[in-house]
Formats: sequence, C-alpha cells, structure tokens
Amino acid sequence: MDKTDSELLETIADLHGIPEGSFNIRKNGKLLARNSTADIEIVPKKDKDGIDIIVKAGVKNKSVHIPVLLTVGDFQDTVYNDFFIGENADVTIIAGCGIHNETCGNAEHNGLHTFYLAKNAKVKYVEKHFASGDGTGKKVFDPITKIYLKENACFVMEATQLGGVTYTNRKTYATLGKKSQLIVKEKILTDHEEQALTDFKVTLKGKGSRADIVSRSVAKGRSVQKFASDLIGKNECFGHVECDGILLDGARIVSTPKIDAVSPEASLVHEAAVGKIAGEQLLKLMSLGLTEQEAEDAVIKGFLN
Amino acid sequence: MLELKNISYSVKDETTGRKQDILKDVNLTFEDKSISVITGPNGSGKSTLIKIIMGFDRPTAGKVLFDGEDITELGITDRARRGFTIAFQQPVRFKGITVKKLLELACGKKLGIDEMCDCLSSVGLCARNYIDRAVDGTLSGGELKRIELAVAMAKGGDVFLLDEPEAGIDLWSFEDLVKIFDKLRDKTVIIVSHQQRILETADKIILLDHDTVTSADKKDDLFALLTRRPSLCWREVKES
Repeated sequence: MDKTDSELLETIADLHGIPEGSFNIRKNGKLLARNSTADIEIVPKKDKDGIDIIVKAGVKNKSVHIPVLLTVGDFQDTVYNDFFIGENADVTIIAGCGIHNETCGNAEHNGLHTFYLAKNAKVKYVEKHFASGDGTGKKVFDPITKIYLKENACFVMEATQLGGVTYTNRKTYATLGKKSQLIVKEKILTDHEEQALTDFKVTLKGKGSRADIVSRSVAKGRSVQKFASDLIGKNECFGHVECDGILLDGARIVSTPKIDAVSPEASLVHEAAVGKIAGEQLLKLMSLGLTEQEAEDAVIKGFLN
Repeated sequence: MLELKNISYSVKDETTGRKQDILKDVNLTFEDKSISVITGPNGSGKSTLIKIIMGFDRPTAGKVLFDGEDITELGITDRARRGFTIAFQQPVRFKGITVKKLLELACGKKLGIDEMCDCLSSVGLCARNYIDRAVDGTLSGGELKRIELAVAMAKGGDVFLLDEPEAGIDLWSFEDLVKIFDKLRDKTVIIVSHQQRILETADKIILLDHDTVTSADKKDDLFALLTRRPSLCWREVKES
C-alpha cells in the first residue's frame, strides 16, 4: 500500500491502515488484503469477480470493511458482492471506493451489491465515493444496490459522493417485507462538468413496512444532477422521499418523483426543493462576521453534514 | 456612540412604480451603555432602520456614524467584525447546521459543553437537549427565537440590535428576557419592541411613525404619552 492508497482509504473508509475483524481490500481489480472471521465470513466467488459476505445469525456490534481502490487509468473494474445477513444480526458494513486517476484513460468502478436481510436483521451500510487526480481520464462509478428485507429487518444506507467523480449513475432497488424498514441518506456534491444520476425504486410489499429516503445534493460549476425515485406501496405502508438540492453557479438539478399507491392503505409522500442558497442564510452568517464565501461554505458543509 | 444623520430610505412601489418613502430624514443618536427601544406601528420602518444600521440595506440618503467614523458604505461582515450584532425578528433556518455549529460560528472558535451551557441556559434552554439539533423546522418558533438570542449573545460585540426579541416566546417569562438586557447594560442596545415591560427597561424610547420620529431622552414623558395614546403604536395596550 502506498501513500495514495492510504489517503484514499482514510477518505472513503476512515481507515488508518489495515482494519481489525473481517475485511476485504481490493485494488485495481486484485485482492490487496482479506480477513474472514467466524462471525463474518468472506468467501470469494468462483464464477465471477466478487465476494459473498456471510454474517451469522445473532452477530451483533460487528463491522466489516470492503473498500475498493482504483489508481490506474484505462481500467474498468466490475465486482459482484452478495451479503447474507442472518436473523437478529446487527452489523455495520463500510464499502467505500476511491479512484485516483492521473492518466488520460478512464477509470471506472461498478459495484453490484445485493443484500439479503433475514428476519429481524439490521444493517448500517456506509458507502463513500471519492475521486482525485488531474488526468483527463474520466472517473466513473456506476453502482447498483439491491436490497431484500425480510420481516422486521432494517437497512440504513448512508451513501456519500464527496467530489471529483466525473460521472455516476447510481441505481438502488429495494423490496420491503412485513414491518421492515429502509432508511437512506444520500449526499452528493458535484462540480465542474460532472454528472450524477441517482435512481431509487422501492417496493413496499409487506404490511407495516416503511421507507425514508432523503437525498441532499449540492451542484456547483456547470455540473448536472438528476434524481429519480419510484415508490410503490403495495400494502398498508409508509413511504417518504425528500430531495433537497442547492444550486450554485450554472449548475442544474432535475428531480423526478413518482409515487404509486397500489394499495389504498399506502401512505406515500414526496418532497423536493431545489434552488440557490437562501439570501437570508448568507445574511445571518455574514452578520456573525463570516465573509460571503465563508457563509456559503458553512451552509453547504452543514447541508451535507 | 452610534449616530444616524439625515437617514432616508425609499423603495419603488411595484404596482404603481412610484417612489415610496420608508424613512425620511431620520436623525438619531444612540449613546454607549444605553438601551434604546424603537416602537411604532407596523410598517413604520423600525426593521428597516435596524437593517440599515447592520448594513443589510444602504440608505438612499444620509450617513451612519460609529464613534465618529462614517460607516455608511461598510458591508455586513465588516460591521459584524467591528462589534455590530443582530438578532433577527424571524430567525433563519438552516438544514444541517446544528445549534452547536451556529454558536461556534458566532464565537469564531470551538466551544466546550460548559461554554455552550452558559450560552443556552441564559435563554432558558438546556444545552444537552439542543446542541446536536439542526437549526431547522424541527425546532419550534419559540426555540428558534431563543437560540437566535443565544447566538447573538455568544457572538458578543458593542452594538446589539434586537428585532422584536419577545416575539414567539410567550411562555418564557419576560423577566428572563429582561435579565438578558441587563447583561448588555454596558453596550449600545437597540431593541425594536411593542411590549410595555421592554419599554420600561429602556433608557430611551423612540417612536417611529412613517416620516415622523419622536425621540425622548426623558423616556418617562414619551412613556406617559404612549400610555395615554396607545393608538400611537402600542399593540399590547391597544389590544387590552
């Protein structure tokens, strides 16, 4: 692991070197380090690139790190990871990806993650994407996340794109069983000519299921973000989608909501607000002694906090 | 000492296109170590006057002098750094900025729990329940108003501009609010208010009614006038 690797690991997974417990660190399409434990087993797939992460029933307060690093250009890395979370387990999964591309060739990482949560299982899934490097080659992430929740399972997803990513097309699909819960907090920052597309399709299938999706985005420069959500209520359920966007410079944000109450017992809400930073917010912070630029930075930092 | 010299402020009426005077040739002096309360009917220009003092709006004519220096063209940030501090009539909401962060931005440094306790307890809030909460719509109007005052106190300064500090905090005892003013006795304090209890704490009362400014250094005279003729401004008396 060199200095760039260490910096990327710290940014995307708050890791200072090799973590404890179960982990799988992948660099430029190859395994860098792996540790499998009795509680959280990591098994490489035989038919394609990727791993199975098997969390035993009842395992609590454990975490698993599966960061990916990409430091070369002209490279496309596609990985299939499947997560099997046993009954009553409660774990944190940290799955960031960092690209550092100084070349003129494109660097692309596509993580296809599928989560199967058994009854009463709980997962906190933290996914950070970050890219750096001055090369003209694109830095691309096209992740697909599929989530299947059995009765009373709970999936909390914190997806953050910190910057530097030229293009991303994120797709998240979820199917919720009885009394299960999906909570998504998405934060995206784009600048320059970057583009970010996010697409959620959530089916609230089970009685008493709940989904809460909050997307906060800041678009600067001439970047473009497109947010689409499709909430389908097939039972007595509650679903809420919120898309808040701050626009700066000549950026653009498009929000497309769709809510479909198939069941008359479904209660679905969509909120969206896109616009510049409110003038009064800047005035308030400037009246505390901040310059206009400092005030703008403080609003954005808080918003993406 | 803060002086307003021949301050006028006018806007263009959007429907008629005609010039509308909000303030006309206002001359006022605010002494150091004094509390002045500006009162008057709605739309008489009280908040505009506060905004001009803070630098949010530039007067169309006239000068703002601070300790003899002309600060009319000085921006908001510079005035804030010179010791001007404002508490808004309607507190601003921020998605994601916590009470702790806002207090720290006001102080310009990181704060420990004890310091935050000091700030928030002075407005009747328990720090532990609030510091990690976002300053947004999840807080009630009264809570936001108290936090607004706490942030102003945390920032500190020499000239405090408090725009209707009592609004929305009905359940909070007025005595606690008056205690805050007492802490500011050594500053130049300018309060916009309609409340009798706040008018009583003033060293000076200013009645603003469109283009007429009645200022009495002998506040008892104006106080008596207002009590006699509450229709001049006094919402509380008018309602009772």
